[in-house]
Amino acid sequence: MSRIRTRAKAFGAVALAALLAVGCSSGSSSGPAGATGTQDSVDAALKAGGEITYWSWTPSAKDQVAAFQKEFPNVKVNYVNAGTNKDEYTKLQNAIKAGSGAPDVAQVEYYALPQFALTDSLADLGQFGFQAFEKDYSASTWAQVKNNNGLYGLPQDSGPMALFYNKEVFDKNAIAVPKTWEEYVAAAKKLHAADPTKYITSDTGDPGFALSMIWQAGGHPFTADGRNVKINLADAGSKKWTALWNQLVEGKQLAPVKEWSDDWFRALGDGTIATLVTGAWMPGNFKSSVPGGAGKWAVAPMPTYDGQPVTAENGGSTQSVLKQSKNPALAAAFVRWLNHGNGVKPFIESGGFPATTADLSSPAFVDEAVPYFGGQKVNQVLTQASKDVAKGWTYLPYQTYANSVFTDTVGQAYLNGTSLDAGLAAWQRALVDYGNQQGFTVTAG
Amino acid sequence: MTAVSVTRPRRSRVLTTVMALYLLYTLVPLVWLVINATKTQDALFSSSGLSFGGPFALFDNIGQTFTYDNGIFLRWLGNTLLYVGVGAGGATVLATAAGYGMAKYRFPGRKAVFAVVLGAVAVPGTALAVPTFLMFSKLGLTNTPLAIIIPSLISPFGLYLIWVYATEAIPDELMEAARIDGAGELRIFFTVTLRQLVPGVVTVALFTMVSTWNNYFLPLIMLSEPKWYPLTVGLNQWSAQASGAGARPVFNLVLTGSLLTIIPLVVAFLLLQRFWQSGLSAGSVKQ
Repeated sequence: MSRIRTRAKAFGAVALAALLAVGCSSGSSSGPAGATGTQDSVDAALKAGGEITYWSWTPSAKDQVAAFQKEFPNVKVNYVNAGTNKDEYTKLQNAIKAGSGAPDVAQVEYYALPQFALTDSLADLGQFGFQAFEKDYSASTWAQVKNNNGLYGLPQDSGPMALFYNKEVFDKNAIAVPKTWEEYVAAAKKLHAADPTKYITSDTGDPGFALSMIWQAGGHPFTADGRNVKINLADAGSKKWTALWNQLVEGKQLAPVKEWSDDWFRALGDGTIATLVTGAWMPGNFKSSVPGGAGKWAVAPMPTYDGQPVTAENGGSTQSVLKQSKNPALAAAFVRWLNHGNGVKPFIESGGFPATTADLSSPAFVDEAVPYFGGQKVNQVLTQASKDVAKGWTYLPYQTYANSVFTDTVGQAYLNGTSLDAGLAAWQRALVDYGNQQGFTVTAG
Repeated sequence: MTAVSVTRPRRSRVLTTVMALYLLYTLVPLVWLVINATKTQDALFSSSGLSFGGPFALFDNIGQTFTYDNGIFLRWLGNTLLYVGVGAGGATVLATAAGYGMAKYRFPGRKAVFAVVLGAVAVPGTALAVPTFLMFSKLGLTNTPLAIIIPSLISPFGLYLIWVYATEAIPDELMEAARIDGAGELRIFFTVTLRQLVPGVVTVALFTMVSTWNNYFLPLIMLSEPKWYPLTVGLNQWSAQASGAGARPVFNLVLTGSLLTIIPLVVAFLLLQRFWQSGLSAGSVKQ
C-alpha cells in the first residue's frame, strides 16, 4: 500500500514537472524550433514506472512491447490492435470527441498526423526535449512529424519510393529498365502489346499513391496555415502527373486488379503486374506474401520526368502521445524507446524500413544482399531514395476524410478510363465544401 | 388441353428463367466461399477462383482459424453468441411484450407511441451509432459488452411486427373468454396468447438474430479491444492486415472464418423456417 503511495507521489512530481514544461513551452512557443524541454522528466517517469495503453497495427508491435517490458519491468504496456489505419483513426477521433477512451500512445500514419495535431489531440514532444533528435532522422520523415512548430511524434518507418520490377518479364520482352516516365509509358505499351495478359502496373485509384506521385512531380496541392487551407489540385506538379498517368489510365494500360487483394498478390507472383512504384517498405511484403516472385524481382530508382533523381514518400507511420494520456512523460518514454532506442532493431528485423539515419547508413543494413531479389543489395537503392525525397510537402488537415472520398471522385476516372484532371477537380470541389463545413476557411486555386 | 388449377398453376418460362438466374446469382458467392475455403494461402494466389486447386486444406484451415493469434477466433465466436443471445434474445422478449400490449390494450398516449415506433423503424442503426457512442462514453460503457448489448435490445421493427401480428392473430373474444374464466392478464399472456404469437415471435427472433449476428458498424465504433470484438469486426481486422507496410495476408483464414461464421445462421434458418413461413402468411386470408 505504502509503495503504491510513494509511486503515486513520484507520479505527481513527474506530472508536475511535465505541466511546468508545458507551461514554459507555451510561453515561448514563438521560436521557430517550437517547444523544447529536457528529457529528465521522461527518465524520471521511466524510473517510476506505471501503466500505459498502446494502439498499433504494426506487425512488430507485439514483440516490441514484450522487449520493452523485459527492459523496464516496472512499466506495463497494454498493447491493443484497435484496427488498421482508418479504423483506428475513427476510434481515436471518437475517443477524442468523447473526452475519454483514447490510448496513451498511438500509431499514426504521416498523412493522418496533421489532422490530429490540428485538433490539439496530441502532446507536443518538444516539451520533453525530443527536438534534439532531429539529426537522427531522415529529413523527409522529420518534416512529417513537425507541424506548426510542434513535434507530434517520432518517425518509425519511412517509405521513400522506388521502382520494383519483374526482371524476368522485362528480359523476356526485351524491355530496358525505365529511367524516365516517358520510357516507363513506352515500356507499358510495348509490354501490353507483346503480351496482352501483362501490364506495367496496377492502379485502381489509391489516394496515397496519387498524392505521392504529385509530390514527386513537384506539386504542392495543399497548404495549411492553422485553419486557413488552400487546395490546388491543378497546380503545375499535379498537371505534370496527370499528363503522364492519363496515358496509362486512358490508354487502358493498367491492370484492373485491386491493390492488396488476393488477385493482386497473385498477379505480382505470376508476372501479370510487371512493376510497382511504391515505398521502401515493400520488400518485406514481397518476401512474406509473394513467394512465387522470388528471384524474379529487382529494385531500381523511381523513374523521373527529367532523369534527375527525385522521389517522394509513400506511407510510413509515427508513434504519438495523446493529450488524453494521464502519464504523458511515461508515454513519451515509450515512444522514445520505440523509435529512438532499442525498439528500432526488432522493427527492422520484422521487415520494416527505418527512418533513423544511423540505420540508413549502417553498412550492415545498406550492403545486405537480399536473396529474394537475387542477391541484389536493394537497400542501396532504397536508402539513396530516402535522401532524394522532394522537400516541402504537406497533407491536408483532414486527409483521412479526403482519402475516403477519393474513390467517389477521382476513382470515376479510373473506372471509366477518362481524364484524371476532371477527377481531381471533382475531388477538389468535395474537399473545399467539406473543409468549409468543418469550420476551415478553404480557398481553391 | 391444359388444366390450370390452384395446385398446378400455369408455368411461366420467363419467370422460371429469371428466378433460376437469380438463384445462381445468390449461390455463386456461397459456392466461391466454400471452394476457396479449401485452399491454402499459396493455392489461393495460384489457382482460379471457381475451381479447386492445390492441396485440400479445409480442415487444416479450420484448425488454423481456431488457433491463429492465440485462438482469438473462438473468443470472437463466444462474443457473438453472447451479443446474439442476450441482445437479440432480449430484443425479442421486449418486442413481444410491447407489441402485444400495444395491440391488445387501449391506453392514453397509444397513438403517440405508434408514431414514435414507426419513426424509429425509419432510422437506420448506423446513423445512431456515433451519437450512441458519445452517450455511452459519458456513461463509461464503451469498450464493454454492454455497449453492444444495450442498443441491440431495441427493435422497433420487431415491435411493429408483433403488434400487427397480434392484432390479427389473437381474437379479442379469446381474451374475453379467458377473463370470464377468471384468469389474470399475465396468465392470459403466458398460457393463452403467447402460443398464438409463436410464429410472429420466431420471425422477430430471426430478424433480430440476423441483424445482431451481422452487426458491424456499432461494434466497430464502440469497441477498441479485439477481445470484445464479434466475428464480423474480427474477421475484418484479419482481412485488413493484408494491406500496407508489413502486410500479413491471411486470406485463407478470413475465408474459412467467414464460412464458419455463416453456418450458425444457416442452421437457425433451417430449424426455424417452419414457424417463420406460417407466420408470414398470417392475416392474408380471412378464415
